[in-house]
Amino acid sequence: MIVYILRRMVQSFLVLLAVSLVVFMAVYAVGDPIELLVSAEASDADRQAMIKRLGLDLPVWLQYWSFLTRAFQGDLGTSFVHGIPAIELIVQRFPATFELVVVAIGLTCLLGIPLGLIAGLFNDRPLGRGLMGGSVLGFSLPNFWQGMMLILMFAVWLQWLPSSGRGDTVNVLGVPLSLFTADGWSHVMLPAINLALGNIALVLRLTATGVMEAKTQEYVKFARAKGISERRILTRHILRNILIPVVTVIGMEFGTLIAYSTITETVFAWPGMGKLLIDSIYKLDRPVVVAYVMLVTFIFVMINLLVDLAYAVLDPRVQLQEAP
Amino acid sequence: MMQPDKPLMTIDPSKRAQPLQDTPQRRAILKKLRSKPSVKGAVIALVLLLAVVLLAPFLSPQNPYDLGALDLMDGRLKPMSEAASGMTYWLGTDDQGRDMLSAILHGLRISLMVGLSAVVLATIIGSLVGLVAAYFGGWVDTVLMRIVDFILGFPTILVALVLLAILGRGVDKVVIAIVMVQWAHYARIMRGRALQERKKEYIEAAKNLGFPGWRIMTRHLLPNCMGPVMVFATIQIANAIVLEATLSFLGVGVPITEPSLGLLIANGFQYLMSGDYWISMFPGLALLALILSINLIGDRLREALDPRK
Repeated sequence: MIVYILRRMVQSFLVLLAVSLVVFMAVYAVGDPIELLVSAEASDADRQAMIKRLGLDLPVWLQYWSFLTRAFQGDLGTSFVHGIPAIELIVQRFPATFELVVVAIGLTCLLGIPLGLIAGLFNDRPLGRGLMGGSVLGFSLPNFWQGMMLILMFAVWLQWLPSSGRGDTVNVLGVPLSLFTADGWSHVMLPAINLALGNIALVLRLTATGVMEAKTQEYVKFARAKGISERRILTRHILRNILIPVVTVIGMEFGTLIAYSTITETVFAWPGMGKLLIDSIYKLDRPVVVAYVMLVTFIFVMINLLVDLAYAVLDPRVQLQEAP
Repeated sequence: MMQPDKPLMTIDPSKRAQPLQDTPQRRAILKKLRSKPSVKGAVIALVLLLAVVLLAPFLSPQNPYDLGALDLMDGRLKPMSEAASGMTYWLGTDDQGRDMLSAILHGLRISLMVGLSAVVLATIIGSLVGLVAAYFGGWVDTVLMRIVDFILGFPTILVALVLLAILGRGVDKVVIAIVMVQWAHYARIMRGRALQERKKEYIEAAKNLGFPGWRIMTRHLLPNCMGPVMVFATIQIANAIVLEATLSFLGVGVPITEPSLGLLIANGFQYLMSGDYWISMFPGLALLALILSINLIGDRLREALDPRK
């Protein structure tokens, strides 16, 4: 077990190293790094100082080494636009994105799993078929357009919910959160629905196929033959068996949602990391882009590691050795 | 294995196996597909959309790129309103006075073109990589598949965004970005399929006949592995179109001179709050119709080809 954990950690570390190499190649080696890293308004003296500071007169492998050591010290450059370390800027924006993703995942569980159960149990009736058909629509709706239509419907025509921003926040342990105010909730609802809709469709289909498959299994027939109530068969036998893959997918989607929140945050002007990334791309604020990629990769690698470990603990069939 | 200098025997071209001949399985699959009414609807919708895309220059009431034909006085007109020139704007106009119907017809063209060319390129590159990995095995396989795992480990939108942040805007660059995020899927599918095929007798026979590796790969292995790859490619067209639209919406996709549906939607976003819904809504509906019909066909195709059913 310990060997497995260690091996997975080494693998994760190698992935991070590979990403740092790719990012380094993209930003420093391809094209003129000074062009990318020094703002256009910088004076000639600033330019020279920057070349010196970044060690751009050194051989490439030495440059990569210094990029790496600085990255390990948490220095991924300073934002041109905001004048503060890029990593600090992103960490400031993290709670907003995290909050949005958590609410979206909550919606996914609350809607996707029950609707999937219904679709799976009544798969030969119009209700079940309608739900399965509707889930294709959920997949097909382009995320950004769907968000705009939500704004049009609920903010412009019905005027029930606000269309942009984060609303009132309350400081919890020094972190501003909007989930503790009614105004905050009204602001988070539309973006969260927007972010969650594709995943609701995904979880719905996953649950429904699981139920459809489980319905015909021997263990369900046996439970029914024993005279166990349908309700108990569903909650104790079917649900338990199909929830493992569903929960895994939801866990894995956490990282994906952080990435996809860039779209939602742009549509709803939600002040999170994703909006920061898009703004930074517009303003050619490269250090922030680099820092964002490194940080999100880190989060991603960590989630994958945790999911793998949780899997190994939960399911004894999973071999703790590396797959051949 | 010993490799003779030239093939020991040649095959009569007329007797060469036709991998896509009419077989009982194929007929059963087509029958399954035809029995679904939603597939019929999707096929009809897709054919209509393709016809519209091909005939866009003849069908559209206005040339949306001809700035001289636009009248700023006609800006942001509601659907069905009449222009000063007497022409009716069925779907309204955008802020520049551009007829939305014409803009959508031309936008569909660009969206479809980007989606199709990206998928074709990604299929070719991915299939070749998968084929090479499966055929040679060993360290070639390990290295190629590690690269595939690495790319597939990240969400597509993030990889594409960062690529375009480096490459800059442009239709060709969007295609490159989509190919970069998609090829790995094909490589993985192709490799899985080719690993199964590789063990069969006909490959062994071809090897013993002394055919060179590239010939076995492209003439023998490839045609027999294309099935699952092509089904996957169908669905990926829809994904590529959505990705292009999303990137254009985010402002890193196609340039303003070649407005795809995504850019049209983005253009209408700023007028959405004042209730001018048509600038964003109609291009979005066209996009949705395109994606939905592709997805429905792809979904049923996968279902019909699923050997478990």
